[in-house]
Amino acid sequence: MNYEKYLSDRAKEIKPSGIREFFDIVNTMKDAISLGVGEPDFITPWLIRDSAIKSIQKGFTQYTSNSGLMRLRELIAEYIKVRTSLTYDAEHEIIVTAGASEAIDITLRAVINYGDEVLVPEPSYVSYCPCISLCGGKAVPVECKNEDEFKLMPEALEKVITEKTKAIIIPYPNNPTGAIMTKEDLEKIIPIIKKHDLLVISDEIYAELTYEKNHVSIASLDGMQERTVMINGFSKSFAMTGWRLGYLLAPKEITQIILKIHQYVIMCAPTCSQFAAVTALEQGLKDNFKMVDAMKKEYNQRRRFLHSEFNDMGLECFEPLGAFYAFPKVSSTGLDGDKFARGLLKEKKIAVVPGIAFGECGKEHIRVSYAYSMQSLSKAMNNIREYVEMLKEKNE
Amino acid sequence: MEKLYKDILNILTEDARLTATQIAKMVSKDLKEVKKAIEEMENDGTIVKYSAVVNDEKVDEEAVEALIELRVTPQITKGFDAMAEELLDFKQVTDIYLMSGGYDLCVLVKGNSLKEVAMFVSEELSVLENVISTKTHFILKKYKKDGVVIKRAENNMRLNIQL
Repeated sequence: MNYEKYLSDRAKEIKPSGIREFFDIVNTMKDAISLGVGEPDFITPWLIRDSAIKSIQKGFTQYTSNSGLMRLRELIAEYIKVRTSLTYDAEHEIIVTAGASEAIDITLRAVINYGDEVLVPEPSYVSYCPCISLCGGKAVPVECKNEDEFKLMPEALEKVITEKTKAIIIPYPNNPTGAIMTKEDLEKIIPIIKKHDLLVISDEIYAELTYEKNHVSIASLDGMQERTVMINGFSKSFAMTGWRLGYLLAPKEITQIILKIHQYVIMCAPTCSQFAAVTALEQGLKDNFKMVDAMKKEYNQRRRFLHSEFNDMGLECFEPLGAFYAFPKVSSTGLDGDKFARGLLKEKKIAVVPGIAFGECGKEHIRVSYAYSMQSLSKAMNNIREYVEMLKEKNE
Repeated sequence: MEKLYKDILNILTEDARLTATQIAKMVSKDLKEVKKAIEEMENDGTIVKYSAVVNDEKVDEEAVEALIELRVTPQITKGFDAMAEELLDFKQVTDIYLMSGGYDLCVLVKGNSLKEVAMFVSEELSVLENVISTKTHFILKKYKKDGVVIKRAENNMRLNIQL
């Protein structure tokens, strides 16, 4: 049978990841120490798990309203108010989604016409570009550089805007670089966004995980709320990746269109997950997010450890202030990120992700996740150090 | 206790092999300050010693451990301390705790075989003056020790790599 003719051109055109086969090797290696994962190593706090169990016991097993439980949306509104001082109408401006991933997808679908260009800072998370092209849009990378600590710079932004540019994705705190955008950083790009009348899709899934500085949402700055779709979720902040629960906030003119798509593709986010999220936020608002702080404290120690270890062994690494990744540059060893990662796996059985997986700008880098116990991290750092020294000797 | 001291203790209990330099980076403090704190805690006995958490099953399949409930006649002025001190020097005894509730001292005993432990209890512990009674519980399996899970039934579901 000729399957080719059945499959859509658009789906076939999605660029297969060049490192797929590297991933396959890593995932079958049982004795490798991996620093390659993009999810918390913590288990969802018991209180949250328990409330999901209770909801099932009580028989709350049916659909919720398309936008999600009203109680949950009210809590999300309250939470966002506490964190950003922004006010959103729980009834019309918030949609609970099956993970932030769905929120990204349905927002793009609601926005993009054929041929529209959407700016995507690079390196960044891998789903934006395929989702944009599936809608018939064109993903346009905006180069971010190591020397700017991978922040989105106004010059780079200005350079790629055309009259077809409709929207920009702002993915900070950033996966894979760990970069954040401070208020001052955002203020430099806002005039350009306004001048070109762009819509902002702000992916703030790592908002709770910033260190030394608090996260600033672009929506909270100077008249940006009206042109921003804010996306967030519970996966990273409450260690709830498997629950698939995210949400988006936007002006109601936008959400009413997004909601149409959401109701046809998902109907509603998983009900028991929504009950769990209600507890997560109720508790968090009551005790000022103690659960989150406890995890953050550990991440912060590991983050400092990694940052100092990499620089100490001669791999240049800017200080990542968000998420749970470090993004060291490995070119001083004479290798690019991909070759370095493959060699490291072969020689020392340590798995990291080649930066190229997140776009061309990441080519010289590797992504190292610190969502691992200190024990694994210190063992892994020793092995990486040995590997770097081995490469140095070879080069001499 | 000062926050820095607590942070250092938490880090060392998790991994005692981290160096002072590494710890200083983790807590974002001066190396001197961290070194001083560790030394202080070593000197005043807050940190008693550094050791490895060992999975005994991997080392010696025959070795056995037992928890002994000891009921004791307390002594004038010294209470239960007198008996505890007497037990300190038995090399088979690994832990001694004073308990509230149904018995007085909880004593952990380690030996090379069931028989060895049983003989130790019957011939050396129970015959001590002021010991009223002993109850021996053999430990059959350890699931978690010193906060570390020894054996987990289900595997970790996390993949090695994902984006």
